[in-house]
Amino acid sequence: MKEAVIPAGTNLSALYRSLGADYPKFFKMDTLSKLGFLLAEMLVGEEDGRFGQREDRAVLVFSREGCIADDLHYAQSMKDFPSPALFVYTLPNIVAGEIAIRNKFAGETGAYVIDGFDGELIRELSSLAFQDKTTREILVAWIDCPSDSSWNAKAWLCNEAQINEIKAFTI
Amino acid sequence: MTKVHVIGRSVLTPIGNCPAGVMEAVRKGESALSLHPGFPEPYFASLLERDGFEGSSFFTYIATKVAREAALEAKIDCSSLRTGLILSTIKADIQKLGNADVSPIVPAAEIARSLGITSKPIVVSNACISGLAAMIQGMRLIKAGTFDNVIVVGAELQDRFIVTGFQSLKALSPKACKPFDKDREGLNLGEAAAAVVLSNREGEWELVDGAIRNDANHISGPSRTGEGSYNALKALPLPEDLAFVNVHGTATLYNDEMEAVALGRAGLENLPVSALKGTLGHTMGAAGILESIISMEALDAGIILPTRGFKNCGVSVPLNISALERAAKGNSFVKLLSGFGGINGAMLLRKGGSK
Repeated sequence: MKEAVIPAGTNLSALYRSLGADYPKFFKMDTLSKLGFLLAEMLVGEEDGRFGQREDRAVLVFSREGCIADDLHYAQSMKDFPSPALFVYTLPNIVAGEIAIRNKFAGETGAYVIDGFDGELIRELSSLAFQDKTTREILVAWIDCPSDSSWNAKAWLCNEAQINEIKAFTI
Repeated sequence: MTKVHVIGRSVLTPIGNCPAGVMEAVRKGESALSLHPGFPEPYFASLLERDGFEGSSFFTYIATKVAREAALEAKIDCSSLRTGLILSTIKADIQKLGNADVSPIVPAAEIARSLGITSKPIVVSNACISGLAAMIQGMRLIKAGTFDNVIVVGAELQDRFIVTGFQSLKALSPKACKPFDKDREGLNLGEAAAAVVLSNREGEWELVDGAIRNDANHISGPSRTGEGSYNALKALPLPEDLAFVNVHGTATLYNDEMEAVALGRAGLENLPVSALKGTLGHTMGAAGILESIISMEALDAGIILPTRGFKNCGVSVPLNISALERAAKGNSFVKLLSGFGGINGAMLLRKGGSK
């Protein structure tokens, strides 16, 4: 099973450049989506035949704090002039959508909020996605991002056999 | 594989607080959609009366109320570790932002505590398809054997955060919304709570299957080819006896057009279609559950509900949609939803499955 981690405090723009991604929309994203985007680059960036649309890969993002950092930014803008660019990121599943758009993953995407990191629960809830017989691989991410400078971000790419081999995801 | 049935249903809306009552109100063309003072711009929405509510969270109150009612109807043992709880919501208690912990896991844990649920609650927050995604996840948990029963509860309240956001996107209709109509001008927001109990026990309705697909196209604009919605529909084992599709039907220009294209691609353009947001508004995290429950009630009564607000077809694929009630032929229906993040969901429900 492949995995990727972005330690808290990492300079995300520098990481973006080091990965050689040419995707200017990255700079419009909130921190949560940037983290998801970069984790996906680290996991699938080197794959052959990338960017062909595929329905067999799901993206599931777990957190406790959802999109709270962007919620706070939007609420700040609300006092003056509500920003549509900030508002669209006030949904915990947008990060999964950004990963899907970048990589042309047309399969299932989803966002779950649980009460703190729980590797067994995340494993269990993720493995259910394989009940959809189109799904062959899942990009599972734990991205808890209470602010733009503090986060816990890790992702895994696994198939059904790999997820059945483990008892829990670990960070 | 285990069949999953719906064995409890409860709703709370501005036009009724039981499934049959709301269904009858939809039949009569009633709606609570009206103009409300805004922040500062006024907005048209369907809002719940607070009736002097003084607790700490009206959101938790309404979600707990419908979850408890559905559990009572289903006569399930909430305290069993074989009973699960899934909360579907988009913004939950967002009006407390800055003053309290606004993670939606907080109300989910509170609902679990009130009902005596001992398993770990989870929250599905998948934009406007949350309710449908939560029902699909509940179905999967039962099929996997993790739970015998899962309470799936969805709720949403409107406040300054959401209203100003949709106003900033210029997505709100200045009047009662007009799903699929040529003069449609946008959506209306709505407040509601709804809950179902899904079970491995026998029941009158079977949740046959569901699928979720991404457009992989744009975070806030629906796909022009209806890609994800079509792919979700295609993934379902659609039977011959489909009575209707209850669509998302937000009454925005692009959503309704996208759905019409997706239904056309799936060869369903002649099947009757109904949309409920012209009656109840867009109830976001509650929508998938609420609209599924009202559609079950309609098929139980043998009818296809009228689509309030629709007059003249305004989409490129002419759909079989009407402002009038019609007789239903068939025992199953499809629920469709789509949302920001390029996400789309489709779910198949069948009457009398194995009873």
